[in-house]
Amino acid sequence: MSRLLQTPFLPSVSLPTKTRSSVPGFRVKPRIIPIQAKIREIFMPALSSTMTEGKIVSWVKSEGDKLNKGESVVVVESDKADMDVETFYDGYLAAIMVEEGGVAPVGSAIALLAETEDEIADAKAKASGGGGVSQAPTSSPPTAAIEAPVAVEKKIAAAPVSVKAVAASAVHPASEGGKRIVASPYAKKLAKELKVELAGLVGSGPMGRIVAKDVEAVAAGGGVQAAVAVKEVVAAPGVELGSVVPFTTMQGAVSRNMVESLTVPTFRVGYTITTDALDALYKKIKSKGVTMTALLAKATALALAKHPVVNSSCRDGNSFVYNSSINVAVAVAIDGGLITPVLQNADKVDIYSLSRKWKELVDKARAKQLQPQEYNTGTFTLSNLGMFGVDRFDAILPPGTGAIMAVGASQPSVVATKDGRIGMKNQMQVNVTADHRVIYGSDLAQFLQTLASIIEDPKDLTF
Amino acid sequence: MQSAMALSFSQTSFTRPNHVLGSTGSVFSTPTSLRFCGLRREAFGYSTSNQLALRCERIRIPSRKSFQVSASASSNGNGAPPKSFDYDLIIIGAGVGGHGAALHAVEKGLKTAIIEGDVVGGTCVNRGCVPSKALLAVSGRMRELQNEHHMKSFGLQVSAAGYDRQGVADHANNLATKIRNNLTNSMKALGVDILTGFGSVLGPQKVKYGKDNIITAKDIIIATGSVPFVPKGIEVDGKTVITSDHALKLESVPDWIAIVGSGYIGLEFSDVYTALGSEVTFIEALDQLMPGFDPEISKLAQRVLINPRKIDYHTGVFASKITPAKDGKPVLIELIDAKTKEPKDTLEVDAALIATGRAPFTNGLGLENVNVVTQRGFIPVDERMRVIDGNGTLVPNLYCIGDANGKLMLAHAASAQGISVVEQVSGRDHVLNHLSIPAACFTHPEISMVGLTEPQAKEKGEKEGFKVSVVKTSFKANTKALAENEGEGIAKMIYRPDNGEILGVHIFGLHAADLIHEASNAIALGTRIQDIKLAVHAHPTLSEVLDELFKAAKVESHATTRTVSEKVVV
Repeated sequence: MSRLLQTPFLPSVSLPTKTRSSVPGFRVKPRIIPIQAKIREIFMPALSSTMTEGKIVSWVKSEGDKLNKGESVVVVESDKADMDVETFYDGYLAAIMVEEGGVAPVGSAIALLAETEDEIADAKAKASGGGGVSQAPTSSPPTAAIEAPVAVEKKIAAAPVSVKAVAASAVHPASEGGKRIVASPYAKKLAKELKVELAGLVGSGPMGRIVAKDVEAVAAGGGVQAAVAVKEVVAAPGVELGSVVPFTTMQGAVSRNMVESLTVPTFRVGYTITTDALDALYKKIKSKGVTMTALLAKATALALAKHPVVNSSCRDGNSFVYNSSINVAVAVAIDGGLITPVLQNADKVDIYSLSRKWKELVDKARAKQLQPQEYNTGTFTLSNLGMFGVDRFDAILPPGTGAIMAVGASQPSVVATKDGRIGMKNQMQVNVTADHRVIYGSDLAQFLQTLASIIEDPKDLTF
Repeated sequence: MQSAMALSFSQTSFTRPNHVLGSTGSVFSTPTSLRFCGLRREAFGYSTSNQLALRCERIRIPSRKSFQVSASASSNGNGAPPKSFDYDLIIIGAGVGGHGAALHAVEKGLKTAIIEGDVVGGTCVNRGCVPSKALLAVSGRMRELQNEHHMKSFGLQVSAAGYDRQGVADHANNLATKIRNNLTNSMKALGVDILTGFGSVLGPQKVKYGKDNIITAKDIIIATGSVPFVPKGIEVDGKTVITSDHALKLESVPDWIAIVGSGYIGLEFSDVYTALGSEVTFIEALDQLMPGFDPEISKLAQRVLINPRKIDYHTGVFASKITPAKDGKPVLIELIDAKTKEPKDTLEVDAALIATGRAPFTNGLGLENVNVVTQRGFIPVDERMRVIDGNGTLVPNLYCIGDANGKLMLAHAASAQGISVVEQVSGRDHVLNHLSIPAACFTHPEISMVGLTEPQAKEKGEKEGFKVSVVKTSFKANTKALAENEGEGIAKMIYRPDNGEILGVHIFGLHAADLIHEASNAIALGTRIQDIKLAVHAHPTLSEVLDELFKAAKVESHATTRTVSEKVVV
């Protein structure tokens, strides 16, 4: 895979371009490997030794233009200068993935180059489906194996959008019953930047117009996780006492979310879970790269699968959605704020993949490179402060989700057992905050009971 | 003052009147700064100039005589206007064009009257360049103060910047008033008769103004200017659907304003409105924003002035119908495809600014009395601004300058045309080189240009068989720009590599409007690159951006050897 996606900007070994003709049957799905042999990705080049990302100054060529080897295609602004970037291949500029003014990290795809005119459409489909940066798992070997996760991934990306559309109720009076989107210029710009779908969004501006803050609210909507991933958070090294500090974008988003959460009637149910078996399992498979976070997420997801109502969400107070997938968001403190990377389909993905995914997400979060669908698609949130020795706390419910679970530290405790003996057991306290409009006490109680039984007998976690 | 001008003319030297006046007394040094047209004359004190005029009355006559001798072609006889004419020159319209012409006419010793039906200063001073610069001065500062990143890079901390709308509006209004008074006073001080009333042409050399005042003049200049052009289908109510006339009063700052037209006017207003917190939607009939600018400049300008701001745009569309906001409904804008005329979209915004250009203000001028037919309202003229009648022949003694002739609708172009006409009527043939007239758009950063754009130059080169080269430099390479943290911008020069002629210069960057004059003067004077590149620029200054261009140009011919060494001796 990675070999096939060699950047056209590097003189690379000749590509196995003949594969396509040998497997014509595979052309049905545009995203499978053989096509990519003919559709090359144009990568953000490293123009200087210190360059980590580049800004697209301008596209010299437009989509559909024929490119000849050696021609300038794009002007890139590095940390040092503006430079023309040439193509090393003949072909057609099929799809521009990073628009003028956009910034992309070195090595990420900024456009697709099709070998023939016929393939432009394929490349376009690929570009629109895959988003800015190709995230195809590089290690998975055969074609068929790749196809499945890709399909899943696509579905997930589409899911939250449709949910939002459902949530919309008010429309701009002049927008012909919601058929047309009336959004201010800045709202549109932000929506594009934050990858928020405007269709069906509730506008709070004059006459129901969608304004910037509506878009920001949606972008931050999946949880506390704001749209900030792309924004630069400038953290001052020291804190100046007595100074008035305006909110950063992330802090602003968190603040809005927290205030919004006050409109949701929540309640809390706690539970103490014995973790001896889980700890033993963790010890055993830790060497395989499994993390405790992944284990907890997995256990939670399996419990959620049995109690779909806890995985539901109510947005308008009139109806609620049984979310189709179980996406466990896990709160992570990062420099300058808080973000909740999402483990999608945590109930279905095996523990090892889940652990790898988690590591990848955390790295991306630290580098502020999370894509919106990687932080705003959570259906249930985990917040763990156990590593600080916190034994119990409660969490605020992120708007748009049904429940959040606060996890305390697992600590050795003296426990009296049923048979009248006293023993030491590792126990942790969990505390779930839920939206009482849709989730009731008994729902949570049953969910927690299931969770406890999974954690206390964790054989299901590893399949 | 009059005499000062007359004296200087008798010297035949335009540029150094000091030499004559210097001997008379140091008090004369002030007027020399007033030599060129435009609005800079406001700088001097009028009381002294009145005294000055009186003091010099005695020496006026001899100087006048010397002028008459050299300009014997003049039919005026012995200096005083013949009985048959009330004036040597009547100018209809006291805008910047008329004002420039009037001052130059006085300098040439012509008895001059200027007719104004509205307020002195015209569009530029009252409803154009001047108040808009006041608003842009505010927007520039707002932009800077709001740019946290920019401030931080200076090590400055500013808490939230805000503004008082009325205060901003007052600044613009006060500036216009001040400049208008300066303009009026400067003409009064020089002895120009300011006649109030609507002026029209009654016949050859005859003008009516006000109710029924009829005066005659040897020559007449029409300088009636223009008004905002409002395409049909657009209903202007002055509140929510406005033109630049209303916008400059800044009676409101709408949340969302659509600007129809992305030329100079639209761009400058987008700069003002976005700095004050509005969101802007451009509606442009052509396929590209900022038509009329050099394509490369407009591309870069779009990157800086449009894309990062709260602006979106629709190109290739006409606003076929705009209805002002009423009964709680927003301003409705119907867009149709510019080519197919099919309905494309409807916008609902809080306000719409019509910046689709300007239409000549020539109605009721009595042009039919001299058999002149306007073309889309413009008065046809030849390259000497002489009015052409319906039969294609020149109307004697009638000239038209400025927006009313539509050649180049810029205040300073009108003024330059006025001066050119005065030169002609006072016996010296003069043809204005319009390609040497610079233009500027006062956005942040500014855009300026002179001469041809790159495509125009290439086309001309192809037609006339010469090679065209282009050099570019970035503001990022300029020390002063970097010191100001304003490295964004480029300058480009289009030139002939064979002889070093400058064909065009385009600048987008900090203070571009001030920088362009080195290039426009070089074009006007015919200075070649190989010569100007040897000139020295102070370091570190923004002017080095141009120096960089001159030095980077590859010209085949060598510097003309000039014996400048003698003059250089100090």
